[in-house]
Amino acid sequence: MSSKKHYSITVNGKQEEFLAEPRELLIYTLRERLNITGPHIGCETSHCGACTVTIDGKSVKACTMFVAQADGKYVTTIEGIGGLDDLHPLQNAFKEHHGLQCGYCTPGMITRATKLLEENPNPTEEEIRFGMAGNICRCTGYQNIVKSIQAAAAEMNAAKEAAE
Amino acid sequence: MIPAAFEYYRPKDMAGVLSILEEHGDDARVMAGGHSLIPMMKLRMADVPHLIDLQDVGGLSDIEISNDTISIGAMVTQHAIIDHDGLAEAAPILREASLQIADPQVRYMGTVGGNVANGDPGNDMPGLMQCLDATFTVVGADGERRIPAREFYEAAYMTARDDEEVLTSVTIPRPSGGYAYEKQKRKIGDYATAAAAVQIVKEGGSCASAAIAMTNLSDTPIYSQSAAAALVGSSVDDAAISAAIDAMLGDIDPTEDNRGPVAFKKHVAGVILRRAIERAWSRA
Repeated sequence: MSSKKHYSITVNGKQEEFLAEPRELLIYTLRERLNITGPHIGCETSHCGACTVTIDGKSVKACTMFVAQADGKYVTTIEGIGGLDDLHPLQNAFKEHHGLQCGYCTPGMITRATKLLEENPNPTEEEIRFGMAGNICRCTGYQNIVKSIQAAAAEMNAAKEAAE
Repeated sequence: MIPAAFEYYRPKDMAGVLSILEEHGDDARVMAGGHSLIPMMKLRMADVPHLIDLQDVGGLSDIEISNDTISIGAMVTQHAIIDHDGLAEAAPILREASLQIADPQVRYMGTVGGNVANGDPGNDMPGLMQCLDATFTVVGADGERRIPAREFYEAAYMTARDDEEVLTSVTIPRPSGGYAYEKQKRKIGDYATAAAAVQIVKEGGSCASAAIAMTNLSDTPIYSQSAAAALVGSSVDDAAISAAIDAMLGDIDPTEDNRGPVAFKKHVAGVILRRAIERAWSRA
């Protein structure tokens, strides 16, 4: 019934053009069509946040958006936040403070945390826990994720101060 | 996880939306943030052959605050509600309640209009809007209609909105007095086991007026006029609060599910309403 349509989405700064059915969930577009496999799928009820990406300045669960809705938008995934040679302070802090074990929630966690720190550069522990509540982790018990985000916030604020 | 195929539309104005609704009738549905509809489509519990995305329709994302009323466009997100300083001052209960809805990601996408139009008794805003005596504006082929929130909900997923109408805005008289939205839930993002919205006006140490609505304790939100009446004229002491709780318990009709049996839900409803009244009174 539904035929493929032409879509254009900018992912991590690169414009991608392709044909897809409108019903394709953005998480599948990223993973299977564009080979951007950092964002993960942990549930089918929009709870876990493993698929979290940033779209036009919002933290969004890419499993709960059709590719058709994302047409024309700017998407950032974990791959666009930092790479092996240029880790984002959050990526570095998750490594240093043991904020991950299996690593499956980590891309969504870090992507969400970038937005959290953008909106609230000095969050309290309670604000971090509440601000990350859309992301579930089965391994860490969250404690070290909180520490990682606190450490990254401190480093980013210090870098900002030094630059001013 | 995999939704069925559909035709997708992203009209630029309401005339475009209405013409698609008129053409396809029951086979067409509007989508706002998509955070109730898409999950249902992924489970194949909602069948939507023609999906109308409202994101490009202009004029649905405004928040307007005047001396008397607050108007919130249907596409205003929960995140925007929380983030809006003017709104927090004019109707602080909206931020308090929104912060108890879902999680950050969902709040960036989920909208006020979708929350109130969905018709799921688990949604928090319907009861909140009944407490605030909101009016919903819907538009259809024959023009606009205004429906009081207190008359909008008929049964689970059944509302006074016709299938070919679109909810465009929510209008609230500016609330006064103390407020509270108190919600018992199993965890972040859960719908309420029981929740209560309360607004109370205090004059000279006694309750001049009150409004009380309960969430997820029936197949619709419950506006409990009798509970509010039990407070009016009192000093909102223990006896008055107990009377309000007794009155509320006569209005709700919870069902057993994985949030607990009926007796538990009634118990929790009483605890939650007591806390909400006490907090609202302390702020009044």
